[in-house]
Amino acid sequence: MSGKKPCIPAESEDLLHGNRRDFLKKTSFLTAMALTPGTVVKAAEEQWDEKIAGVFEKVSLHIDVNGVKHTLSVEPRVTLLDLLREQLKLTGTKKGCDRGQCGACTVHVNGVRVNSCLSLAVTNEGKKITTIEGLANGNELHPMQEAFIEHDGFQCGYCTSGQIMSAVACINEGHAGSEAEIREYMSGNICRCGAYPNIVNAIQAVKQGGQS
Amino acid sequence: MKKETIGDSLSRVDGRLKVTGGAKYSGEYDLPGLTYGVLVPATIASGTITAIDSKAALRAPGVVAVITPFNAIKVPGYQPEASTRVKGLKLFNDNQVYFNGQPIALVVADTFERATNAVSLVKATYQAQPFETNFNKNIDKGVSPQNNKDYLRGEAYAYKNAPIKIEQEYTLPSEMHNPMELHVTTAFWTGDDNVTLYTKSQGVISSQRAIANAFQLDPKNVQINSRFVGGAFGSSLRTWPHEVAAVQAAKMLNRPVKLTLTREQMFTLVGYRPHTVQKVGIGATADGKIVGISHESHSQTAVYEEFTERSVNVSRFLYSSPNVNTVYKVVPLNVGVPAPMRGPGEATGSFALESALDELSYALNMDPIELRLKNYADVDEEKNLPWSSKYLKECYQKGADSIGWSNRKAKPGTNNDGEWLVGYGIGCGAFGAYRSRSLAKIKLMPNGTVNIQSATSDIGPGTGTSMVLIAADILKIPAEKIVFELGDSSFPVAPTQGGSATVSSVGSAVHDACVALRQKLNSLAGKPENNTDDIDYAKVLTQNNLPFLEITQESNANEEAKKYSMYSFSAHFAKVHVHPLTGVVKVKNVVAVVDAGKIVSYKTARSQMIGGAVGGIGMAMTEEAVFDDRFGRYVNGNFADYHVPVNADIPQIEAIFINKPDPIINPIGTKGIGEISLIGVAAAVANAVYNATGKRIRELPITPDKLI
Repeated sequence: MSGKKPCIPAESEDLLHGNRRDFLKKTSFLTAMALTPGTVVKAAEEQWDEKIAGVFEKVSLHIDVNGVKHTLSVEPRVTLLDLLREQLKLTGTKKGCDRGQCGACTVHVNGVRVNSCLSLAVTNEGKKITTIEGLANGNELHPMQEAFIEHDGFQCGYCTSGQIMSAVACINEGHAGSEAEIREYMSGNICRCGAYPNIVNAIQAVKQGGQS
Repeated sequence: MKKETIGDSLSRVDGRLKVTGGAKYSGEYDLPGLTYGVLVPATIASGTITAIDSKAALRAPGVVAVITPFNAIKVPGYQPEASTRVKGLKLFNDNQVYFNGQPIALVVADTFERATNAVSLVKATYQAQPFETNFNKNIDKGVSPQNNKDYLRGEAYAYKNAPIKIEQEYTLPSEMHNPMELHVTTAFWTGDDNVTLYTKSQGVISSQRAIANAFQLDPKNVQINSRFVGGAFGSSLRTWPHEVAAVQAAKMLNRPVKLTLTREQMFTLVGYRPHTVQKVGIGATADGKIVGISHESHSQTAVYEEFTERSVNVSRFLYSSPNVNTVYKVVPLNVGVPAPMRGPGEATGSFALESALDELSYALNMDPIELRLKNYADVDEEKNLPWSSKYLKECYQKGADSIGWSNRKAKPGTNNDGEWLVGYGIGCGAFGAYRSRSLAKIKLMPNGTVNIQSATSDIGPGTGTSMVLIAADILKIPAEKIVFELGDSSFPVAPTQGGSATVSSVGSAVHDACVALRQKLNSLAGKPENNTDDIDYAKVLTQNNLPFLEITQESNANEEAKKYSMYSFSAHFAKVHVHPLTGVVKVKNVVAVVDAGKIVSYKTARSQMIGGAVGGIGMAMTEEAVFDDRFGRYVNGNFADYHVPVNADIPQIEAIFINKPDPIINPIGTKGIGEISLIGVAAAVANAVYNATGKRIRELPITPDKLI
């Protein structure tokens, strides 16, 4: 990216291809070059533009995760899922598709189940997030966790966090009235090991136990 | 205090870790200086890369490197002069492209987002060449693999002269393993010739050997960790090129690199059950005695590597027939290489054979179970050996009773439940019962707890739970006092978790190690070696002034086993409802009956049977990787468009075990259930759909459009 070809079609092309940073850089450097050539051109050569962008393109975020309040600075493109896993090291929430198609990343946002891979972290300003790590009460497991163990509602365990978070919400939403209703409202959570019947049994047991 | 025994219904020993998010999978280890690798896919299906422009990517914030064939360090095991050259695709070793989506570069950055963004900035130019991805167009180019000879018993194509005969073609599209966990490898070097990996692996020892071979290292300098594996179903049986690439990148950058595939990349880079077209001919006498079976199979493979499986083999021995011939060919295409997928080959072959047998039953006007009984194989006619054990007749009986087979109407389309048509089907299968060399180390601590280690893996079946039950049974101590550790290549050698052989192989080593420990304790306590009375282990250690007692035991298949043919057998039953106007199929009930020898861990075994049935329902009803031959690319490389079964697709499933120990295979008498749980399911469903509708669907999956 030389910045030495101030021809509009090229920039439009970049914009069309969605390369915002390239576009911004070109326009800002063209302006900058017109004002103060020497130093800024050197800055471009040393890639300061990108380094500065890397810092200034972050957004502040206040978020409560499992009762712990965090003040963070994150890139707007970071998903809630990757924030949890890669920055807060809460790896209990899983990434199975990154497209909102499998449910492995299900968490509760203000008590509602959400695919955290489809939620940009910065859109959760001021919200309360509960992940699988926040479900138990100390050493005392949540009844749904107990039921999943008892009914063997998993095998490899990778979809399990999302299944359990979804299962708790399924009951809270009032969508666990029958086996058929549970199946329908748990169909956003894929289990490739095929533990579905056991998952349904676990949810029914918790529902009948009156706890969720 | 309860003392568990083999066969008990123990809850999963790693259950608590899995329901709390505490189980750590390979992409979840936080390492100082960790970098993130994302692969750049080729956008042509065949040709050469002429240039890669990485300048824009390298200028993006946080990008550490863009590794391409033009700047990558050489992987020694990839070079022609290597003593044992790595087979298959060699990433970044040359500029050849063999299939669309093949990685041509690896972007490494300080965050996942930055790496992902930079991938979009890498520009490649190619010299494209013609490519072939259309299976049907190229089926005539099928070749006989070197390691897979055609088979003949008696006369070839004898079925053609039989009074009643069936000759049909059955098609299976490519199916993806699609474990929920994305394939991921984290690698870091701790010296010039020491490397550690956290990687999704079904076999930490085989991964260790593969990485050592690729980088020409002493295997003991390669540490593989794979403590939890988020499903695999065969996709992690081998060490894939992207795993080598992660190690290569970590070496070039001298930093830890975590390379995670995207879900779309999981469709091309880690294998699949290959698109297969099979022709089956069966001939029988008018009273239903089979006189000849012919089974021909064409499967797709990659142009750069040959993949074979045993799709035709099941026809050689599952039923008694004087004349059998099989032909197996592979069709090389510009696609990623397939890999064994749960019930590899056998599941594919059994769909064809069991569908054809069902067709024969209608041609004969004979009950499908009666036809199977009439042609029951009392010995293995392929190997000409007796079975070590076979209770398939019992499977037929128990399954028929449980599904309500007596409610089946012999004439298709005559059984109604309201506006739905009702059908019943049976599909059977067999899978070899294997046992290979395995070691286990057992350590008794002064507080009476026991730690057992073995370098096996657990992709979900409940390996640890089974091993703890075996140990509890022999040591006569509660399961809660026993810890079983796996997934670490520094542990005693164990085979890869595949072929349904882990409990048979590793379980035997654990069994033998526990027996050896008992004998040692008996002798220390001054009792006869074979004493089975309770002894206070802690006291024995104290009295003998021992801080602990440790035994490493090796266990091998016995010689006697060579005199027998050893298989697990299954009979799957399905009941379906079909809506005649819309073609919607609802699987209402599945009964899975298996003769797998002694069942070690009831609760996890039952789950495995259910899971296999779910996989089989997916194979029958929904799963199909759709190719666009104009570009050589999948159009449904994601979970929204490639349909694995979801909760609403699956009924309650009943698992029934014959649970009679095999007297030959191993000291426990267990034969394995991982594969057999799926083999035969697709045919059971397809046969039930025929029984309901009179429509024979020979091309999976059975989507509604095929029924209206």
